Amino acid sequence: MKNDKKLINEEGRRLDGRRFDELRPIRIEAGVLHRADGSCYLEWGGNKIIAAVYGPREAIPKHTQNPLKAIVNARYNMAAFSVEDRKRPGPDRRSVEISKVISEALENVILTEQFPRTMINVNIEVLDAEAGTRCAGLTAAGVALADAGIPMVDIPVACAAGKINGQVVLDLGKEEDNYGDADLPVAIAPRTDEILLLQMDGHLTLDEFEQAFELAHKGCLYVSELQKKALLEKYASIAEEVS
Amino acid sequence: MTIIPSIKRDYLCKLAEQGKRIDGRRFDEYRSISIETNIISKAEGSARVKIGNTQVIAGIKMDIGEPYPDSPDQGVLTTSAELVPLASPDFEAGPPGGEAIELARVVDRGVRESEVIELDKLCITPGEEVWVIFIDIHIIDHDGNLFDASSLATLAALFTTTVPAKRFEIGEDYPLPLKEPPVSVTSVKFNKAVVVDPSLDEEDIAEARLTVATDSNGDIRAMQKGLSGSFTREEIRKVIKASIDNGIEIRRILMNAIRK
Amino acid sequence: MSEKKRLVVIPSQYLGETSRFKPGHGAFIRDGKIYAERLGILHVNGSYMNVIPLKGRYSPIVNDFVIGIVIEPLQSSWMVDINAPYPALLHTEEVPWDIEFGETARFLNAGDAVMAKVLMVDEAKRIQITLNDRNLCKIRGGHLIDVEPSKVPRIIGKQGSMIALLKKYTRCRIFVGQNGRVWLDGPDHGIAQVVRVIRLIEDEALRFGLTNRVEELLKKEAKDVEYYEKR
Repeated sequence: MKNDKKLINEEGRRLDGRRFDELRPIRIEAGVLHRADGSCYLEWGGNKIIAAVYGPREAIPKHTQNPLKAIVNARYNMAAFSVEDRKRPGPDRRSVEISKVISEALENVILTEQFPRTMINVNIEVLDAEAGTRCAGLTAAGVALADAGIPMVDIPVACAAGKINGQVVLDLGKEEDNYGDADLPVAIAPRTDEILLLQMDGHLTLDEFEQAFELAHKGCLYVSELQKKALLEKYASIAEEVS
Repeated sequence: MTIIPSIKRDYLCKLAEQGKRIDGRRFDEYRSISIETNIISKAEGSARVKIGNTQVIAGIKMDIGEPYPDSPDQGVLTTSAELVPLASPDFEAGPPGGEAIELARVVDRGVRESEVIELDKLCITPGEEVWVIFIDIHIIDHDGNLFDASSLATLAALFTTTVPAKRFEIGEDYPLPLKEPPVSVTSVKFNKAVVVDPSLDEEDIAEARLTVATDSNGDIRAMQKGLSGSFTREEIRKVIKASIDNGIEIRRILMNAIRK
Repeated sequence: MSEKKRLVVIPSQYLGETSRFKPGHGAFIRDGKIYAERLGILHVNGSYMNVIPLKGRYSPIVNDFVIGIVIEPLQSSWMVDINAPYPALLHTEEVPWDIEFGETARFLNAGDAVMAKVLMVDEAKRIQITLNDRNLCKIRGGHLIDVEPSKVPRIIGKQGSMIALLKKYTRCRIFVGQNGRVWLDGPDHGIAQVVRVIRLIEDEALRFGLTNRVEELLKKEAKDVEYYEKR
């Protein structure tokens, strides 16, 4: 998607005023839905995402059951009104692919052997989209899973980096995603730095990849702290301490 | 599907015989309503409505397209609803089933038959180009009465919609031309009791359901009966009265929310 | 560590070293360190670090008292929902009635509620329940509500103190299943009161002094009723 559009100026400021290593504003709230077992509302730049978890519950039909562990089924869906040109409701190939890579990332950290023959459903709804929805979705899913009491060895988190006008930057915004030179979404398990999701499209030299990955990793660690804060804010605030 | 315990069903019915509801409301009393508009930046209009714990988001998108052959100088309106698995353990992923389609069509009729949108003002070139309005209803949390929450969210979204003429390079943006909104009120019947704004518990045991949309004159604009039970004529009159009465208050809440 | 401190922990939160502690329920070891695996409250029991879950489905333990809803009568058993990730099986041998093969629906049908005990949980997490004990039976009448399984201990209270309070002031019969289901029977206003108070307990479960606050509330409501009845 090479283009001559100017996305970063001589002072290193991007179209929305951010520096190369700055994230868009992020807001996370845990436990926002009444019916779901666990849920999370997340705003990331112009993205508005709700994630909800149901389960573990018996996987039906029986032939889908895994006798040794739970099946993690994430479903990423964009609302028709979430994008500039209305999207026809229902899964398209892009949503199916994103659902798959997110399911695989989540499966890595969930202690699935504790719930054989069950399914854990993770529903991610994108209500308002502005680049980086899969990272925002996975991040919200991590909080929703913890909120549902699902046992995990880590709370997964994701963040993307990219390249615009030849410069490696953190957290692409809408214009940067459309007119930039590369997009690199990354998800990690923050406690161990293990990489759970990694995709790239565009053009990066080996050096640029290392830079971009380093930025995305830093972004992940920062957002991870926000996830934890959201959970503790919801629950620790009602656990008073008596001296 | 979640099983409803017989004990719960029996208890709700027993309370109904004494004129009581499980959450303490009167038969003709509505839960608290909250409306928030302009919540989706990509949509031309949007609103989130909460009725009790039920939460619905409606988004309005507009595009330019061909008119219907039998109304060449009128805009086109199309409504769809997604009962996404997020909102309830009983919603499954997949193409819209009967429930989603009925919901979309009932909301659509309420909007269309009340003529709240001045479709004749949405013509660009007669017979060739008109504005197309897409109403998309996204259920977020299901705790009963999706019909009313969806209708209300749709109206609130419409009343804050801006026609995106600039983006299509045919002039300046302007507010969607609208008239008086209809208000939809749903009631259900169980054990001979007819109650307004059913909560999930009440919907689960409902035998019959009736949605009535009324305008500011108290005239009826749309009706839909659902489920396999029946109503007597007297019960239908009760439902219409409850719809008109509650409609007044709901209309007031809607207009307040839009004015902000 | 002061006993009065209730520490909320989240998955992957560091709890301690294996040199001093061992991982109990809800905790796991990696590289000589102990971490929480669930959202919950840290509870140190001797050298064991346990995490008591704050949220999540019911995890069946043998001998737990549970309230189940029959999903389906089968030929010589019933499939029962006990709010766990799996349905439980109730065998015709585990009920106090004489049942012919295929006659199960006559005794318990879909939607019926039972007070049962968890009999067995095998390695594949297959659950069996039983009705063969005093106080276990098919439930008739009354009302049924769902609560967070993790809040059940608070609703019951230390040595049943909270539930005793509720029974005293509302004059309702109250049975709390470990699986997060509560059965109530009594006068309608009593039932409504119990439900209100239980929702309050759920919201404030982690606060201290809850028992006192609940007693104050119940006393006050009793005075209000007296006042209105005297007028």
